[in-house]
Amino acid sequence: MGTGIKDKVAIIGMGCTRFGERWDCGSEELMVEAFQECISDAGIDKKQIEAAWFGSCLDEVNVGKSGLPPAIALRLPKIGVTRTENYCASGTEAFRGAVYAVASGAYDICLAIGVEKLKDIGYAGLPDFGSGMGLTNQLWFPNMTAPGCFAMLASAYSAKYGIPMEDIKKAMAHVSVKSHANGALNPKAHLRNPVTEEAVLNSPMVAYPLGLFDCCGVSDGSSCAIVTTPEIAKSLGKKDIVTVKALQTALSNGEEMSYNQWDGSYFTTTDKASALAYKEAGIKNPREELSMIEVHDCFSITELVTMEDLHISERGKAPKDIMDGFYDATGKIPCQIDGGLKCFGHPIGASGMRMIYEMYLQLLNRADKRQLKDPRFGLTHNLGGFPFMNVCSIAILGKHGA
Amino acid sequence: MIGITSYGGYIPRLRIERKIIAKTMAWYQPVIFGAAKGEKSVANWDEDTLTMAVAAAIDCAQGKDRKKVDAVYMASTTMPFSDRLNSDILATAINVNEEGTTCADFTGSQKAGTTALISGLSALKSGDKKCALVAAADTRKTKMATMSEMYLGDGAAALLLGGDDVIAEFIDSHSINCDFIAHYRGAGKEFDYGWEERWIRDEGFGKIIPQAVAGFLKKTKMAIGDFAKIVYPCYFAATHNGIAKKLGITPEQLQSPMHELCGDTGAAHPLLMLVAALETAKPGDKILLAGFGQGCDVLCFKATDKLASFKGPRGVKGHLAVKRVLTSYEKFITFRQLGESDLGIRGEVTPNTSLTVLWRNRKKFIGLVGGKCRKCGTPQFVFTPMCVNPECNAVGEMDPYEFTDKKASVLMYTGDMLAASIDPPAVYGIVTFADGGRMLADFTDCALDDVKVGLPVTMAFRLRLKDDMRGFRGYFWKAVPEIVG
Repeated sequence: MGTGIKDKVAIIGMGCTRFGERWDCGSEELMVEAFQECISDAGIDKKQIEAAWFGSCLDEVNVGKSGLPPAIALRLPKIGVTRTENYCASGTEAFRGAVYAVASGAYDICLAIGVEKLKDIGYAGLPDFGSGMGLTNQLWFPNMTAPGCFAMLASAYSAKYGIPMEDIKKAMAHVSVKSHANGALNPKAHLRNPVTEEAVLNSPMVAYPLGLFDCCGVSDGSSCAIVTTPEIAKSLGKKDIVTVKALQTALSNGEEMSYNQWDGSYFTTTDKASALAYKEAGIKNPREELSMIEVHDCFSITELVTMEDLHISERGKAPKDIMDGFYDATGKIPCQIDGGLKCFGHPIGASGMRMIYEMYLQLLNRADKRQLKDPRFGLTHNLGGFPFMNVCSIAILGKHGA
Repeated sequence: MIGITSYGGYIPRLRIERKIIAKTMAWYQPVIFGAAKGEKSVANWDEDTLTMAVAAAIDCAQGKDRKKVDAVYMASTTMPFSDRLNSDILATAINVNEEGTTCADFTGSQKAGTTALISGLSALKSGDKKCALVAAADTRKTKMATMSEMYLGDGAAALLLGGDDVIAEFIDSHSINCDFIAHYRGAGKEFDYGWEERWIRDEGFGKIIPQAVAGFLKKTKMAIGDFAKIVYPCYFAATHNGIAKKLGITPEQLQSPMHELCGDTGAAHPLLMLVAALETAKPGDKILLAGFGQGCDVLCFKATDKLASFKGPRGVKGHLAVKRVLTSYEKFITFRQLGESDLGIRGEVTPNTSLTVLWRNRKKFIGLVGGKCRKCGTPQFVFTPMCVNPECNAVGEMDPYEFTDKKASVLMYTGDMLAASIDPPAVYGIVTFADGGRMLADFTDCALDDVKVGLPVTMAFRLRLKDDMRGFRGYFWKAVPEIVG
């Protein structure tokens, strides 16, 4: 067993663009925008970056392949750039690459950057992934979309716990209303209008039982981080140092979709990765110890079941916690304090580090109107793929020594 | 003795009332009101000749050893492929042995079904083949506001032929071939080009069928009164009755052409009517069958004592009983691609089908043959040679395992309005097999409101990809939720 990542790597700078329909920007402009903020926050020279990791998911419809897009856009000094693609965990995977490189001692300072330019395809929603699922799956997988696949969770969750769909719809609506309220306070968020529960419940059906307001925004954006060791961070004059407490990734192995065990009501990967992350971070009781969480709320139902997979809400009790306001901005563990994928938006490759960015701002008391009181641990969570076949990544961040 | 050892039918769940067609389109062609009785069967948007033939073949082969089948003949004038053996896709779908089986497509005429049947029986008679499956199906595209649109329905029938457990003994056959062109469909054309109805009725059906029947009676020294049931298609009701009158057939002997129930199903129709006749036949009954089109085939069968104990499949009766009424003509023309509806940019993406992948996995994709682990006994539909059971993970220990006839139910589902679909919402989910195994699947022949977690489903071979750019059609199995009534 390894010793884990806790407190071995510090974040010394971060940047994140405004997410949204950035019609006037290509991925190049977006990366430069995030990077400029990040390098000025880090207070280092570009030449000090020794290696970079680059997260992008649907490269076919935006940046193209390889690590070259940021190397060229940012005129990086001919260093190693590795592209990571792992569905919606692509950005957090880039972060993991950079963090592990520093932790290994191979490099002192590394960059992680994620970008996704989704609004150049000519239609709403995520690009069709028909040709991206591989030549074999392409011959038999249903004609699926992301909302459809995640919507399936609701049917199984409702059946397992005997909770009527109307009640689940209400809890899902509360999830979205809460994220809209948070997003309204965030100048970088894609969707900034508060909504009512009634509006959410009456929104047009996208994939039963998910309505339009149960779905996150599809956006353009970029986010990035510069990481180093806590010692180097100190030597650079950093006072408040945010360190990585845990990084865990878990991938489905096909059991969910082919073996008669999983009941369809939860994410087996999140269940496992979160338990490992708490162990790595030294967290015994997440419900008591976590200060804030940014989870992969691609759809409201995803956020709902994730509350249980993170071992914060008891099984079958997430709707109650949600309705009780446990995850509201004023609740015990605010969830999506920056608006979440729902309102901050979801440029896939940029989403992981956008979540980390919010944790970083909160821990450094730089979150302005959204600032929470004395946060200690923040957790971020990405879930890529489909409920029955997915990639989960989890990061826990906190102040150095916390 | 050789003859029919089993029969099966398939009539799509969807039916449209002809008066809806007439009400919508009679402003354009008032004459269609004349045929506006009853309903006609409509292939769902993901059904075609091949999928219906497979459905009829499965119905027919129930309880029979498919490994004994050594000939598969398919008949249709609307085969999905001009150069790819359609009957072989059918054979793979029902998991017949590749080695030792002869497959052949019979096409080019409305009597292709009866000709395939005669060929199958000849092969048995010669001793060359022991067990032949003959399936016929048609899905003819008709122009809007035409009599063809009123007369023609979609359907399929299948017969298993052999020498053991014969339920209807083959007596004899007689054929006339002559180039009477009631209509034709040139190569590459979508629609039939027809001639004047009066001529087709009087000089075609009205003369050629009686001539062929008379020829058969002369050859076999039989009389029309010998037959309990007389089966011949003719979508002109008056002509159908006129032929009976001419031949001295009583109303009791005359098998209904099912205009009010499903319409004329082309090359499948004589066989479909024969299946309907067998469903009510008694041991000892003699049945006369005729197929019409560029001449006429006449065959005679005699029901045996085995028919009494034959446990019938769903057949014609069972399929007619389960229906969903299509209340919209617009939906019908959309399914048949008679108008141009917009699937959006999302619907443009049609990656080509890798023929190498399809070849390696043909049993999986076409036959839904998964694996069953020899070590732990877990049935599974997977693509890695490593067992999915987390306690097992044995490598290379899979025996072939057919999922098509296994009981399954819905684990989770959705109805997706975003997915590009000809019939939104696209309903799909995961189905779990009671004996083990589960899979992702499109659902079909249902509305979203019909589906519930735990609902029983059966698996059906369906069209999943129509690649018009390259002329390819991709098939896979979909879940059909059981609908009572």
